[in-house]
Amino acid sequence: MERPLTKHISFRRPSLALEEYERTGGYAAVRKALKQLTPEDIQQQVLASTLKGRGGAGFSTGTKWGLIPMGADAPHPKYLIANADEMEPGTFKDRLLLEGNPHQLIEGMILSAYAIQADIAYIFLRWAYRKAAVLLQQSIEEAYGAGYLGKHILGGSWSLEMHLHTGVGRYMCGEETALLNALEGKRATPRAKPPFPQLSGLFGKPTIVNNVETLCCIPHIVNNGADWFKSLSRCAEGGTKLYGVSGKVNHPGCWELPMGTTIRELLHHAGGMKNGHRLKGLLPGGASTDFLTEQHLDTPLDYTSVAAAGSRLGTGTIIVLDDATCPVGFVHNLQHFFAQESCGWCTPCREGLPWVEKTLLSIERGEATPEDIELLRMHTHMLGPGHTFCALAPGAMEPLQSALHYFMDDFERHLTEKKCPYANHLHR
Amino acid sequence: MPTIYIDSKPYEALAGKNLLETCLGLGIDLPYFCWHPALGSVGACRQCAVKVFKDAQDGTGRLVMSCMEMVKEGMRASVSDKDAVAFRAQVIEWLMTNHPHDCPVCDEGGSCHLQDMTVMTGHDYRRFRYKKRTYENQNLGPFLHHEMNRCIQCYRCVRFYHDYAGGKDLGVFAAHNHVYFGRETSGILESPFSGNLVEVCPTGVFTDKLLKEHYTRKWDLASAPSICQHCSLGCNIFTGERYGRLRQITNRYNSEVNGYFLCDKGRFGYAFVNDVNRVTRPLLRNQTIEAVDEAPLMKTLREMLSGEELIGIGSPRASIESNFSLIQLVGRDNFYQGLPEYPAYLSGKVAELVQSGALYVPSLKEIEASDAVLVLGEDIWNTAPVMALAVRQAVVRTAAAQAGKQSGLPAWHDLAVKEATQEKKGFLANLTVCPSPLDEEAAFSLRRAPDTIARLGFAIAHAIDPSLPSLPDISTAMRSIVNSIAGALRSAQHPVIISGVSCYNEGLIKAACTIAAALHTIGLRAGVAYVLPECNSMGLALLHAPSFDNATARVLSKPGVTAIILEADIYRTVAEKEADAFFDACKHIIVLDSMHNRTTQKAHALLPAAAFAETDGTIINYEARAQQYFQVLAPQQDIRASWKWLGKLKGLRAAAGNGQQVHPDEILQQLEQALPAFKGISRVAPSPDFRVHGQPIPRDPQRYSGRTAILANLTVSEPRPPQDTDSPLAFSMEGYPGIPPPALIPFYWAPGWNSNQSVSKYQQEPGGALRDGDPGVLLSGQAVLRLTGEEKPTAPPLFMDIPEAFEAREDRWLLLPQVHLFGSDELSSYTPGIRRLAPQPYIGLGEADATALGVIEGDDIFVWLEGKACSFPLAIRKGLCPGITLLPMGIPGIPVPQWGSWVKITLSEDAEEIRCPSKIF
Amino acid sequence: MLSDAEITAINHEISLVPHKKAAVIEALKVILQHRHWVSDECVESVAELLEMSPAEVDSVASFYNLIFRKPVGRHVIHLCDSISCYVMGYEELYQALQQMLDIRFGETDTDGRFTLLPNCCLGCCDHAPALMIDEDLYQDVKPGQLKRMLKKYS
Ligand SMILES: Cc1cc2nc3c(=O)[nH]c(=O)nc-3n(C[C@H](O)[C@H](O)[C@H](O)COP(=O)(O)O)c2cc1C
Ligand code: SF4
Ligand code: FES
Repeated sequence: MERPLTKHISFRRPSLALEEYERTGGYAAVRKALKQLTPEDIQQQVLASTLKGRGGAGFSTGTKWGLIPMGADAPHPKYLIANADEMEPGTFKDRLLLEGNPHQLIEGMILSAYAIQADIAYIFLRWAYRKAAVLLQQSIEEAYGAGYLGKHILGGSWSLEMHLHTGVGRYMCGEETALLNALEGKRATPRAKPPFPQLSGLFGKPTIVNNVETLCCIPHIVNNGADWFKSLSRCAEGGTKLYGVSGKVNHPGCWELPMGTTIRELLHHAGGMKNGHRLKGLLPGGASTDFLTEQHLDTPLDYTSVAAAGSRLGTGTIIVLDDATCPVGFVHNLQHFFAQESCGWCTPCREGLPWVEKTLLSIERGEATPEDIELLRMHTHMLGPGHTFCALAPGAMEPLQSALHYFMDDFERHLTEKKCPYANHLHR
Repeated sequence: MPTIYIDSKPYEALAGKNLLETCLGLGIDLPYFCWHPALGSVGACRQCAVKVFKDAQDGTGRLVMSCMEMVKEGMRASVSDKDAVAFRAQVIEWLMTNHPHDCPVCDEGGSCHLQDMTVMTGHDYRRFRYKKRTYENQNLGPFLHHEMNRCIQCYRCVRFYHDYAGGKDLGVFAAHNHVYFGRETSGILESPFSGNLVEVCPTGVFTDKLLKEHYTRKWDLASAPSICQHCSLGCNIFTGERYGRLRQITNRYNSEVNGYFLCDKGRFGYAFVNDVNRVTRPLLRNQTIEAVDEAPLMKTLREMLSGEELIGIGSPRASIESNFSLIQLVGRDNFYQGLPEYPAYLSGKVAELVQSGALYVPSLKEIEASDAVLVLGEDIWNTAPVMALAVRQAVVRTAAAQAGKQSGLPAWHDLAVKEATQEKKGFLANLTVCPSPLDEEAAFSLRRAPDTIARLGFAIAHAIDPSLPSLPDISTAMRSIVNSIAGALRSAQHPVIISGVSCYNEGLIKAACTIAAALHTIGLRAGVAYVLPECNSMGLALLHAPSFDNATARVLSKPGVTAIILEADIYRTVAEKEADAFFDACKHIIVLDSMHNRTTQKAHALLPAAAFAETDGTIINYEARAQQYFQVLAPQQDIRASWKWLGKLKGLRAAAGNGQQVHPDEILQQLEQALPAFKGISRVAPSPDFRVHGQPIPRDPQRYSGRTAILANLTVSEPRPPQDTDSPLAFSMEGYPGIPPPALIPFYWAPGWNSNQSVSKYQQEPGGALRDGDPGVLLSGQAVLRLTGEEKPTAPPLFMDIPEAFEAREDRWLLLPQVHLFGSDELSSYTPGIRRLAPQPYIGLGEADATALGVIEGDDIFVWLEGKACSFPLAIRKGLCPGITLLPMGIPGIPVPQWGSWVKITLSEDAEEIRCPSKIF
Repeated sequence: MLSDAEITAINHEISLVPHKKAAVIEALKVILQHRHWVSDECVESVAELLEMSPAEVDSVASFYNLIFRKPVGRHVIHLCDSISCYVMGYEELYQALQQMLDIRFGETDTDGRFTLLPNCCLGCCDHAPALMIDEDLYQDVKPGQLKRMLKKYS
């Protein structure tokens, strides 16, 4: 089983410095691309690879790139941005790539930037990733030193500047248009789409934002070709995927596995449930995905299959809900997060999420009535896709709506017993 | 014109518009908050949701925000779709979760967009049962009250204040449902456009502090269409009355003039109307109260008038009706203005140019649409604030239009257009004596002496048309600026040049015109706007009356005249000595005015003149646009319109007993006949006998309350309301309930739309002209030619008399006025809040002069005016060029100097004369 | 107001962006590095350097979680309160910290040593519960370890 992205990542030794990275075949793709391939070639290859963006939405990377203006009259500077804001609760996959092999990301960014003929690249890194910040800064400097970045890369005509930007804490910064505002020194409220960032992005210029994991796939696609990439996968969506499991399992962690690995297999990697705990449900891809339950264990973890099962692959990092944890408290924690992280721009999210959060808390405290359940249900409809300005609130509704579906018993017990039936949780 | 289907009904829509404005334009009610016709769409509030369907077969549809959706041929939308209806009601419920529901004590109640939208969506039951979020309020200064708990976070306030008006001290803070709109800390709002927040805010967060003092609901205000009296732009306003007092001024939409916004001087500067200092009874010098009863008063007046030679001093702040009535009384040859020779000459020059037909004078709307603006000398931020706002829009919109074109974005898509535009700006060159907040928008802002600015103007003209005289002595650095400005004007499609008379410099006026002439040679029609000082300066100037100097010469050479002074405090415009000389030489002095002032003190007979809110009248703005204002207050006691008094005096003079009662429209007709320059002015508004279905236009809203009780403390029986025979408006709730002709709209209201947002019901399309056209008549030469179909692009006149370059003198300073938006204007300064924001007297010098004199900010120094040393603290004016000193204009405590003269400055009262080392070159 | 070092650092940030305003977050980060929080005076100084108004600067500053506009202790404890840590019992850590330091979220202890803040998912859900003290990350934290852990910070 090939693990192109994580092959050289090990916790037992520090991440690869430039020389080691080169020794493992690093930057070969950059050399190859700049010598032999046109930007269009790479775009073509990435499109053919069926790579889907790993940031959560699963949009085809090749298609996304295809919308950027190319050619002599394209506006410049063009920007490439690596979205390393990873703040989706339960998600810890990009951290592995950032801390484990920073040059892989930089190489992926150079290739992607070349493919779209970008002039400037940014890594938008969340503040909390201190170790990654140090490593990335060092690696960027190394890459400059080796001529992979800067003016006339590898002696050619193309130049690329790369900067590391650390955020100051807001989940919204991960939303690609809010990220652009944050980079411009503004409040991280999202922008209207259209116009898409590909046309009017950072500082009003054409911009591509890609997730760290997405970008880390690029060197391997360039080195080995689209068909090879597709062959890594067990389904029609090419490549491997970084999957993770957290919660009360024996070995929580993150693994690179073929796209389309089933939930059951993944939980197996995680060593199964901790002693005495039973699986009650799980969020397959971070806090803003719908619950799946035991009946879905054989669902392959790819974008299409998880959607068919009624959820989203999202970031591919599973959060396990065990039978000792109150689902109401669980969802309340999520809604508290979303309500706090709402940017405050659009009404439904700004006003609706706090209402949802308060309602869940009152259920959890045993103070609620059946109407409160109706209110929650109403919110899951009213905060749905298209109703809000960005995808934050609809995402927030996914775990709630499915909790109402799968764990209604639990909600009802709170109402009838007028308290949380689970072992006491401490609530602020 | 695309055909679209709304709830399956076909409509013709305007291409390029969004679906929300289209619906509103079609008369379909659709609730909204964050959208504003002048601010565009941002899609934040989610209130305007509708369904859009792929095609006739699509039964599911997609919920969209109508403000963010472009209309397209064949588009199918549903406003009444049940999902859309439910969602809109839900949005209101969300907004109301934290709203304090304090309508009974909220100043917005009854004219609240949030109330209207709440009713419109049908939300009526509160399910949110948790604690509401609460905020602390801020003290924002004398004009605005702040009540953040009412906020529904539509972001309009910041979008207007910061994005539209360029104010930097109001913003949005924090995030999620803690977002806060206000200043960083409590304090006076800096923008002179802050008052618009009252109308921009859809609920009661920002309310009018002046109204609050004697609060009245909109439905209880009698209202009338009016015109702002505080500068030469002629912004359209509504005046609101209750209990015989003027209570509020709000914006009256006129797409050509002020659009949706006013400045704070216009909005809040009305307190003089209610002031205790009002002249309410006639006064006769040294006579008893009884002497001013009707009969004895008339007798005295007749004596003063009969047989005597009369001269009249006209007024730039009185209506054209009053000024012309004075002419009719005294005769054209005896009609003067209260201005010294030079300023009178300058306004006359401007009037002549505007009248000539060779000049294209842009409206404020046209200035907003300009893609290159050059300001020559005039400090428009202070002398014509809403024009400064228009210039700001020109700069913003030019850049936005370019960015929009590149990325295929419609102008209404504010959010995206702003991102695409970034910090790019359209072209503005602001060449003035002193810095201005407008400089921030300018590609070039230069501080120079007026003569130097005029010369740069001529140099720009030469750079555009090399056949014009060149200025060889201009430095290379300056030449490159000149060339850049010329280049920007040349490559523009709608260049506009703005100047005015506040610098007391003819060269500027000529230079502006000459640049337009140069642009004409390359086929460009450049707009030229000249700012004048007062609301009817243009009207008075069009009467081409000789200056006050001439009047003085006349009375001095031939004593024994009776002078009639119309609504003007001569002591504000003319030096004390000269004014005294004039009054001393007059035999009788009759003064008509509304406030006591130094001129009224000279009156032998003082007649109480109606303020603008108490009478009808027509004033003419900088572009020669005649606009009529209407009475909203029944005048108290003996107060009467000046034109009525003058009509009476005319009767006395004719010895035929009482003068005939005339109506304003009759005066206008006579004016038209007497002076062809005013042709068309009688069409400014419908005549007093105008009726719709036999009915007058009511000033009182249909829900006006307490009419039978309003005077119950004085009289038991309900008195007859005042009768208005001067206009088609009635002091009543009864009358035509529909939309009146544009000039007569007394307030905006439509069923379900109690707030000012109902204006869209009065417009041809949101943000467009009023139905039946915006009111007002243009009297400019070009407008007349346009009417007669003779309009040809004629070349603006060329001037060759380039002034000498300004040279600082060693021992004298060129004295120029600094106009202050708050404080320099006479009448608005009666508003305590405006007085509070007005400056104290000072002497302004540039940094170099101050350093050379060894003085620092705040030091008392002496300026010699009329041979007297006057001491004021020094105010250092950044960038002011050496050799010029500024005094704030119209501020109490400063004698009226001869502006544009050379004055002495000393460091002590007895000092001889100082030489300023900074000017020894 | 601002030190030379701060001004130099901010000017460097300005040099990297197309217009001054775009450097505002970076400028605020510079202040945080030097002073741990951003006072009103600092907001004004930053505004002046960037040709912005204090309101414009604060509008941005107050949006973000990690730009502290109030003084914080010498050390900041960022306790992850997101879902995986919730499942793995961050609330016990919170309770232990409350007892040890006598402060709740958002508060600073009396000797100004620690400020306790909740933090969104720290991205180490496989080692939950987790917390950061200043820039140091602690994973798989048990309440019993807290005492020793805090000792390091004076
Ligand atoms: C509220 C919100 C937060 C997001 N946070 C992240 C994030 O932290 N990292 C990320 O890569 N994408 C995040 N996304 C998705 C991005 O908007 C964007 O789709 C992604 O960066 C595109 O990269 P990809 O095409 O490579 O997946 C977020 C989206 C939303 C709506
Ligand atoms: S859904 Fe609305 S309020 Fe929520 S984060 Fe997106 S734009 Fe902001
Ligand atoms: S008016 Fe359309 S979203 Fe606010």
